Amino acid sequence: MAVITMREALNQALAEEMQRDENVFLMGEEVAAYQGAYKVSKGLLEKFGDKRVIDSPITELGFAGLGVGAAMVGLRPVIEFMTFNFSILATDQIINSAAKMLYMSGGQFNIPIVFRGPNGSAYQVSSQHSQALESWFAHFPGIKVVMPSTPADAKGLLKSSIRDDDPVIFLEQERMYGMKGEVPDGEDFTVPLGVADVKREGTDCTIVARSLAVPLALKAAEELEKQNVSVEVIDPRTIRPLDIETIINSVKKTNRVVIAEESHPFCGVAAEISAQIMERAFDHLDAPVKRLSGVDVPMPYARNLERLALPDVDKIVAAVREVSYM
Amino acid sequence: MSELKVIPLRPRGGGTGAAGAGLAEAEATDEINASEMRREHEDRLHRQEELIEKIEPAKLIEMLYQMILIRRFEEKAAEAYTLGKIGGFCHLYIGQEAVAVGSIAALRPDDYVMTSYRDHGHAIARGTSPDEVMAELFGRAGGCSAGKGGSMHLFDRDTNFLGGHAIVGGQIPLATGVAFASKYKGTGQVSVVYFGEAAVNQGVFHESLNMAQLWKLPCVYVCENNQYGMGTSLARAMSQQDVSQKACAYGLASEFVDGMDVLAVYDATCRAAERARKESLPSLLEVRTYRFMGHSMSDPGNYRTRAEIEKHQERDPVKVLAASLKNKGIADDAKIKEIEDRVRTEVERAVKFADESPEPAPEELFTHVYANPINVTGKP
Ligand SMILES: Cc1ncc(C[n+]2csc(CCOP(=O)(O)OP(=O)(O)O)c2C)c(N)n1
Ligand SMILES: [Mg+2]
Repeated sequence: MAVITMREALNQALAEEMQRDENVFLMGEEVAAYQGAYKVSKGLLEKFGDKRVIDSPITELGFAGLGVGAAMVGLRPVIEFMTFNFSILATDQIINSAAKMLYMSGGQFNIPIVFRGPNGSAYQVSSQHSQALESWFAHFPGIKVVMPSTPADAKGLLKSSIRDDDPVIFLEQERMYGMKGEVPDGEDFTVPLGVADVKREGTDCTIVARSLAVPLALKAAEELEKQNVSVEVIDPRTIRPLDIETIINSVKKTNRVVIAEESHPFCGVAAEISAQIMERAFDHLDAPVKRLSGVDVPMPYARNLERLALPDVDKIVAAVREVSYM
Repeated sequence: MSELKVIPLRPRGGGTGAAGAGLAEAEATDEINASEMRREHEDRLHRQEELIEKIEPAKLIEMLYQMILIRRFEEKAAEAYTLGKIGGFCHLYIGQEAVAVGSIAALRPDDYVMTSYRDHGHAIARGTSPDEVMAELFGRAGGCSAGKGGSMHLFDRDTNFLGGHAIVGGQIPLATGVAFASKYKGTGQVSVVYFGEAAVNQGVFHESLNMAQLWKLPCVYVCENNQYGMGTSLARAMSQQDVSQKACAYGLASEFVDGMDVLAVYDATCRAAERARKESLPSLLEVRTYRFMGHSMSDPGNYRTRAEIEKHQERDPVKVLAASLKNKGIADDAKIKEIEDRVRTEVERAVKFADESPEPAPEELFTHVYANPINVTGKP
């Protein structure tokens, strides 16, 4: 197994899937000649040519819709948003077209498309460039939402997303592109959608975390181990459909749960998971479910304020101690 | 710093060919548009004779038949709506039949067609059976979208009819993507997309035209300018009302077309489709038309005068073609009656089919959400 960065893992997934299926193409701003704003598409233009790696104008709604149309007639577009903040301009085509097409056509037109790019906070880029939008997209039936937290998951899940016959929102994290990890060799390696991963086993408290919150939760678990608290960390990896079974099974074992996320709490993914735990494992809970979300304010610029707005290891440790009545 | 330059609009010349043929008048009110249209129509009458000679009689009769079929179908749909058999929004195509029929007649069977919520006529012209269209309006399992789409979302994979779309302008980038796919795969298929003039004010119209010309995509953009977006006239919604002229901003070829003349629409679409197929270039057709009914079945329509509607009804596209065919000796009264009889039977059959088609089974509520459903609940 090679140790590579998340960025390289994503790049490999794209290259391998483009090699495997000539109907796969990559389109987005700066993906070709510039090699990607975050260099995820490095080398792809040279390898596959400008027919399949296409620099688009800054026209998010336009190229999102173009991708959905191309998917209606058999192509498998990968549409990159330079960041998901800009996908907000494209939500009409994602939600009104991609998510509904199969249903409202009575099963005639499925949309095999991936919308991908960085989601969530970056480094002091302020309010309009720091949004985590998973709960928006996960709200809608017809869409799948994927959020990897390791290079291996990033590669395996992106390959599965490209092969999937439905629209997939694939949310990366700018702060994690440089993160290194072991990635299994071989082009056949994939990670199935809709399957959560137990990132660390434990017995006293479950932390459900995704994307950026996963490495934080794992560090918190190490810290808590020193305090004699055994923490289980579960990464759902796919937000919709959500592998709630794995979460419920863990809660039944630990009886306590903290859900960590960088997005806003209101109507968020943690709120949904919390509700489902309440519905399905209420009698197993020894403490109320604790949400640890990004603070409910637009992201500030100042470094100290930005830190305060995001979850961190200390906050997660404190949350686990709280539900453990420590 | 250079001064802002206002580019003068060129007077509209004959309505064919040149990109950016535009309105001459400074104030393009509806009144001026209508009288212009009439003048243009007179010009067109003798051109139409030439066109009639170029087109096979069987094809001409087929176009007349399709227009009458759509007209009678829509009248029946209106009746069924008032009887409560059709729910929701129901946008009729009466008055605009020449646009779908003339343009679709210019296409290959494997070309792609996509339109807005005002889609019954396009589906029928494309070859979806009126039975399945009516059943869809009735919300039945036998509908062309299995009863899940309704009036605004007709789809038919067999005829490459890629749907009715109900977000104003939403279908424009989709069809651009379909054209992208044709070019990518090198199939020579043309993508044709219809939208109202109100959709031209949506940003995505401009985004799409820009991409189509930039990447040379085989797409024909057909603006059905019926001069109203719901109750808002063109003059109250568009600062520069010459839609065909908007193509200039992106370097697209465009034409202004009389949408009450099915042969003019056919002719212009032949040119645009050929440009798409042979040169892989997009075109914009502004097809001036008029809807004789309200925006939808629930629209009382008090933003237009009776006189205005009647003025346009003088140029009813069905009557215009019937008259020309009679003049040229291609169809006589007996032939037209034969078509009317055939259409009556077909529309009655469509209603019967729709009435008899079952409602979708309750289990269908949960099908077609995903093409690859993932069972995460552990339940079968
Ligand atoms: C984005 C959006 N805004 C508003 C509406 C409501 N609406 C439906 S049709 C319509 C008028 C559209 O007029 P036009 O594009 O000229 O088409 P026509 O109905 O005349 O065929 C409006 C405002 C909508 N469906 N979508
Ligand atoms: Mg209109």
